Amino acid sequence: MRAFISSVYLFLYAPIALVVLFSFNAGRSASEFTGFSTAWYGKALSNTFLVSALQNSLMIAFTSATLAAIFGTMAALGMERLAPRNRAIFDALFAAAIVVPGVVIGIATLVALVAVFSFVNPALTAIWPGDQPPQLGLGYGSIIAAHGLFSMALVTMIVKARIASLGRDIVEASSDLYATPLTTFRLIVLPQILPSILAGFLLAFTFSFDDFIIAFFVAGSKTTLPIYVFASIRRGVTPEINAIATLVLVASLLLILTARILMREKKTKSGE
Amino acid sequence: MPAATNTKRNLVTAALVAPAAAWLMIFLVLPFIAMLVFAFGERAPEGGYQAAFTFAQFARLPTRAAAFWNTLVLAPVGALLCLLVAYPVAYYLAVKADPRYRLILVSLVVVPFWTSLLVRTYAWMYILGSRGIPNLLSMVGFEDVRLLNTPGAVLLGIVYGYLPLMIMPIYVSLEKLDRRLLEASADLGARPVSTFFGVTLPLSLPGVMTGVALVTILLLGEYLIPQLLGGGKVFFIGNALVDLFLQSRNWPFGSAIAVTLVAVVVVILMVAMRIAFKVAGTRQVDLV
Repeated sequence: MRAFISSVYLFLYAPIALVVLFSFNAGRSASEFTGFSTAWYGKALSNTFLVSALQNSLMIAFTSATLAAIFGTMAALGMERLAPRNRAIFDALFAAAIVVPGVVIGIATLVALVAVFSFVNPALTAIWPGDQPPQLGLGYGSIIAAHGLFSMALVTMIVKARIASLGRDIVEASSDLYATPLTTFRLIVLPQILPSILAGFLLAFTFSFDDFIIAFFVAGSKTTLPIYVFASIRRGVTPEINAIATLVLVASLLLILTARILMREKKTKSGE
Repeated sequence: MPAATNTKRNLVTAALVAPAAAWLMIFLVLPFIAMLVFAFGERAPEGGYQAAFTFAQFARLPTRAAAFWNTLVLAPVGALLCLLVAYPVAYYLAVKADPRYRLILVSLVVVPFWTSLLVRTYAWMYILGSRGIPNLLSMVGFEDVRLLNTPGAVLLGIVYGYLPLMIMPIYVSLEKLDRRLLEASADLGARPVSTFFGVTLPLSLPGVMTGVALVTILLLGEYLIPQLLGGGKVFFIGNALVDLFLQSRNWPFGSAIAVTLVAVVVVILMVAMRIAFKVAGTRQVDLV
């Protein structure tokens, strides 16, 4: 059993180790190791296309995850005040947003936006007083919207599960002691659901940062990091990609570690 | 409750759910309606969509039967292979592992999930490619072994990519398992094997079901793994969709395939929930 478990861990980490190893390759090849060098890190960070793809991905992931965390939490809080039938409709729509494959979400969003643009853009041209009317198109907005859909559903589910497990008596006690609903929310409810909001935010951020297929359909002329990596796999990869992948890996490890440490500190504090 | 407070309460509720409702309407419901409309339309001569009402696109579905076949066979097979690897790992983590190292070992399962699946799958391209394992095999006498661009390579990529997602729900259900049940089983003279099949396995079935359903459904829309490791020879519905939308620009036919894919997902979900209810039901009877 031990041997089997070890080999599974080896299976999980061998490809990652290879990616990291070849990021230090001296040669141009991503498959033949010819010597140790950190040159590709410098090249990756001075490649403007690569860096702007990375910036786009970070910006899109941050925006969509933030919107999802805010609107998702609001929805989770609001849904339990709804009549059962309306709540069921929301539940069904959120479930659909989660189980419908990304490739279908990408296609449906593309089709709908192109159809909407074909009405809106001529109308804008007709009513615009100047020479160059603004034209709607695919880009950051459409990627954020499509990512935000899945992320919002995710945050809502996580926060809703947390709300369901909260005791109501403490909320009632708070209002019995003449706290306004807003104060009760700020002092009683929010601290208790904050960890699940943060967990939802992190999951949403990772999902958006890693997503290729939805962005591939709705990005228009914009490039995200996965789209850039996919295109370079077709062209033939240089260790530049390995260098960026390694940096992203290290950054996400640091992020997880920080989150873990923060949560542990909080736990020990509340334990005192 | 006075009418004024009631109105205020309703207003707050509406304000809370309004952004999510708008988002769901504009970016989920509207796109689905658009996709349905497109699926009954015709391809414009220059590509894209032309208004029409025809079932022609659905009638052409059999021309893409290979993509449906590959997806509907390899997705469940991949999920089951994933389960075969994941179960022992989840069992070890939840039951056998030293509690001191458990957290680290569980984290190590999740970490690969935080790194780009695209990059990790790419790594398999050179492990399986001509300069990887086949090169090593040729040194010991096995010439011309082809691994990349085969169904086996796609299945390997699937097991690799979805393993963490399969391990976690099973781990969670095994971790919640009451140890006293195992002790009771042993005290009553059951051998470890019968304890496993009589107690542990049935109690972890909800986790198994969740894992298998989750992975199968995600696999139905997979694109990257067959694209990179199947090399255009082993293609899924996702690959057919990308081809139809971004290369041949046949949007109505692509929409018809997408609508069919959603229907397949819904059917599989319903079957999975049926089975889950049944499993839950028998479990209750067994316990009492």
